[in-house]
Amino acid sequence: MVETLSKNPRVTGFGTLHRSTIGRKMIMAVSGLAMLGFVVVHMVGNLKIFFGETEFNEYAHWLRTIGEPALHHEWFLWIMRVGLIVALVAHFWAAITLSRHDVKARPVKYQAKRKGGYATTLMRWGGVTLALFIVYHILDMTTGTVNPATTNEPYDRITSGFGEWYNVVFYTLAMGALCAHIWHGLWSAANTLGWNRATTAGFRTFAVVFALAVAFGFLLIPYSVVFGLVD
Amino acid sequence: MKLKLKIWRQKNAVDAGGMVSYDLEGVSTDMSFLEMLDTLNEKLIMEGEDPVAFDHDCREGICGSCGVVINGDAHGPEQTTTCQLHMRSFKDGEEIIIEPWRAAPFPVIKDLVVDRGAFDRIIGAGGYITAPTGSSPEGNSTRIPKPDADAAFANATCIGCGACVAACPNGSASLFVSAKVTHLNLLPQGQPERTTRVLDMVEQMDAEGFGGCTNTGMCTVSCPKEIPFTSIANLNKEYRRAVQQSNKA
Repeated sequence: MVETLSKNPRVTGFGTLHRSTIGRKMIMAVSGLAMLGFVVVHMVGNLKIFFGETEFNEYAHWLRTIGEPALHHEWFLWIMRVGLIVALVAHFWAAITLSRHDVKARPVKYQAKRKGGYATTLMRWGGVTLALFIVYHILDMTTGTVNPATTNEPYDRITSGFGEWYNVVFYTLAMGALCAHIWHGLWSAANTLGWNRATTAGFRTFAVVFALAVAFGFLLIPYSVVFGLVD
Repeated sequence: MKLKLKIWRQKNAVDAGGMVSYDLEGVSTDMSFLEMLDTLNEKLIMEGEDPVAFDHDCREGICGSCGVVINGDAHGPEQTTTCQLHMRSFKDGEEIIIEPWRAAPFPVIKDLVVDRGAFDRIIGAGGYITAPTGSSPEGNSTRIPKPDADAAFANATCIGCGACVAACPNGSASLFVSAKVTHLNLLPQGQPERTTRVLDMVEQMDAEGFGGCTNTGMCTVSCPKEIPFTSIANLNKEYRRAVQQSNKA
């Protein structure tokens, strides 16, 4: 017998799900869906930019006032951020521990290469790409550290940031990774959570269309800046 | 037909092993893949060499004993067992690379023979039902809805050959375990152990060192019995249900 997850005691409820492979996959699925929910709202909210500078900046400032006066200024955003960090850490922890377990299960590679099965590699490296992107994106659009804009206004940060060609290239690559990740991740999560229809052609198609729509929605903005629709 | 074979040779479990090339002539397109290997072994024996060890038993595609990875595909280019694969699926003069199932829980015993005892231990953990001894009960006294009977039967056709593990990039036994869990959990006879079965079998699957499922679907296209991929969704569903039940306990 190989040394593995094995030594873990048995799963005895949802609190101990992390002990098994399927439990860890369920943690990965739920945290992934939570982050996907955020990503979709983020994408739709971004489209406000097409209603002009004033409305977009107002929208961005309004986000900081959600829940007032029950919540203090920006508290809603911080609650969201903590939630997203928890989801991100859980997602990464599950991905890393499961990947290490998976690699150990296939110590000898085949001499003859076979076509297919790229999804696993794509998810692992795509996930790393997305993590690097998130760090850069926060430094670019949230803190403005690496953004060339002279003011702190969100609209200005977008038009200045995407005025640089390298930002457009990097954001395009990152959205490609995001699209691929949702493509496989959405129906995989449904399958992992035990939804019998996850593998039907209908749901697979839905996942593809959904992934493309999210990436397209995000990329509308940098390319609108490039082609002068937003300036 | 003439073939160039590259076969994994390994004297025993501790030998490092390596690929060895053989030229084989006089192969008929009507031969099964195993008969082709028999022809090679006859030649090797005549030349005083050690024949290539491989597992086989019924040669009818129903026992699950045979199975090698052929040009990177578990059971080769057709979706069937290695014994039911025929040489007409290959071209004259083709190079064929033959390797054993590769997975940490399936250690090589010799050449193309691997130890699949891990599957037996998973079955021992929960792949059974409790049945009273004595004479068998009247067959029609337990009624089963037709869709359940059909789905249970489709999953019961799993012969435990291990092709799913061999084909999976993670060496995962999810398809095998899902077939057994789906088969038994659907039927009235499987109900007493419905909750413990899935928890115990998954625990044993993890303990043996099989990888996790990443939903690549490589298993189901290699499965000679065409166990559907939805069985894995069903395994996850049964697992979720069992965890919920154990939460209450």
